[in-house]
Amino acid sequence: MVTTVSNNLVYERPEGFTESSTHYCPGCTHGVAHRLIAEVLEEMNMIDKTIGVAPVGCSVFAYNYFDTDFVEAPHGRAPAMATGIKRVLPDRIVFTYQGDGDLASIGMGEIVHAAARGENLTVIFINNANFGMTGGQMAPTTLPGMKTTSSVKGRDVETQGYPIRVSEMLSTLDGVSYCVRRSLHDPKNIRLSKKAIRMAFETQARGLGFSLVELLSTCPTNWGMTPVESLKFVEEHMVPAYPLGDYKVSEAIKQVKI
Amino acid sequence: MTRELWKGNEAIAEAAVRAGLEAYFGYPITPQTEVLEYLSRRMPELGRAFVQAESELGAINMVYGAACAGVRVMSTSSSPGVSLMMEGLSYIAGTEVPAVLVNVMRGGPGLGNIAPAQGDYNQAVHGGGHGDYRNIVLAPASVQEAIDLMGTSFELAEKYRTICMVILDGSIGQMMEPAQMPEMRPIQHKDWDWATNGRMGKRERRVLTSIYLDPVQEEKTNLRLLSRWKTIQQTEVRYKEYYLDDAEFVIVGFGTAGRVALSAVRRAREKGIRVGLLRPITVSPFPVEAIEQLIGRVSGFLVTEMNSGQMLEDVRLAVKGRAPVEFYGRMGGVVPFTEEILHEIERIAREPLSVGADPREEWYERMRGLR
Repeated sequence: MVTTVSNNLVYERPEGFTESSTHYCPGCTHGVAHRLIAEVLEEMNMIDKTIGVAPVGCSVFAYNYFDTDFVEAPHGRAPAMATGIKRVLPDRIVFTYQGDGDLASIGMGEIVHAAARGENLTVIFINNANFGMTGGQMAPTTLPGMKTTSSVKGRDVETQGYPIRVSEMLSTLDGVSYCVRRSLHDPKNIRLSKKAIRMAFETQARGLGFSLVELLSTCPTNWGMTPVESLKFVEEHMVPAYPLGDYKVSEAIKQVKI
Repeated sequence: MTRELWKGNEAIAEAAVRAGLEAYFGYPITPQTEVLEYLSRRMPELGRAFVQAESELGAINMVYGAACAGVRVMSTSSSPGVSLMMEGLSYIAGTEVPAVLVNVMRGGPGLGNIAPAQGDYNQAVHGGGHGDYRNIVLAPASVQEAIDLMGTSFELAEKYRTICMVILDGSIGQMMEPAQMPEMRPIQHKDWDWATNGRMGKRERRVLTSIYLDPVQEEKTNLRLLSRWKTIQQTEVRYKEYYLDDAEFVIVGFGTAGRVALSAVRRAREKGIRVGLLRPITVSPFPVEAIEQLIGRVSGFLVTEMNSGQMLEDVRLAVKGRAPVEFYGRMGGVVPFTEEILHEIERIAREPLSVGADPREEWYERMRGLR
């Protein structure tokens, strides 16, 4: 049998990436989210003027992977740090990349007020329903009944509270221009996620205010699942609890055609 | 330039503006709030960045971000607010970026009160945030000195890529005094070789972080910070001496406690007691050498503070048991009267002093007698 090898390049490292390999676990969707951001920055020709703000969490080392300037924030404080940068460098593109422990737990004050002030920055919010880096503890986004290392019998809402729906909550704030939830569990949703990330950065590039994309993500290691099982878990359990959709798209952004 | 009547907090704000402050982030707290209020008008008027943050946590992390971008940035707060900023300060120290923080200190611990105090000396001088780092800490004793030190604080912070704290008690923040402002200085955009301000087609990417997972790398960072601190200790000590040439006794006091002590020194001199004052301006780095010069020449030291003896420890470390060290402090927002310190001066001039005793214990007993 003769194998023909196509010379057509169908996949390469985006310019927005460095040469580093990521440290993420197999099947984790951080890598996908990173790639989408890098592709968008490349397509918008903005790598050169972007400053990223990394969180504390699994993506603490995000700064190793993007070929842009980067700073590393204290746990939860990325939106405040990003505010400081953007206010003194308003012509740069500033984004934070935050997980659910970082953004929805310890950093709730910072994210709400950055959004309320309508800071002209972009937030990529990874919701994988647990604290990944510290080994899979309960997060504010952990589903009711979901087992984690700090809710071993499953999250009991009577004593451990209910999940926080960040996109729904932030969309009530007048300072927010673009706030949507997408998922990374299959190719179709990955493409939709990329369009949303593009729109979020377009929002900032046009000076239209605060933009946030929440991405439902996997954590196979801490969920105790295979990569494929974890993708199915997102589709079957995360999406119903965290419905995908556009929670706020301001009139000005609706006019934006890419 | 003429002298004008300036309120301390507003004077600090305007002095920072004239020193080229490009961004201010703060949160209201008494007795510091006038700095925030003043800059909320002044900074936008000049097209410079101002944000009233959601908390001191927010404020210090906005400072952190702007510092990483390489601009002159500061925040101001008062004791409980500064405690909240300790996380951010530790990160700023670990990332080695320059920032200025003014603490207009009030009585504590806890919510305490809003009266002038110096109880945050240890927090400012001996750490505060987690990890192994040192801050430069300046302690003005008048509105004029606070004005003059604002420019210095930015220069020191930038020269050493470090935090420069300015600690003053609430009375200096709140009182009005005639003072002279420096000329307005144009903002100088320095092209720092470390700032994360975007590649902008000119260079490779930069990363600013305080994480060193490899302990050996973290230790190298600790050593780098320490070596920088050694240079600071050798070159940046500032203090003022009053009547030390023929002094038999020396008072050591900073800020308002030092200023009240100066009045007491003058009164004691009128009574024929040969007493002088050493007033540290950099309480960190501490003027160890200035004390060394006095050893063998003087019969004893009296440390006066508006706390229970925090700088006292640094004086005792410098004296190393070679001369008696006495202590007099007021706490809780109580400012000592000149007469109280004069009384202490007369006591040490009269009584035999011992080197070995714990001055804080003896002071404590005298304080209990007052009750």
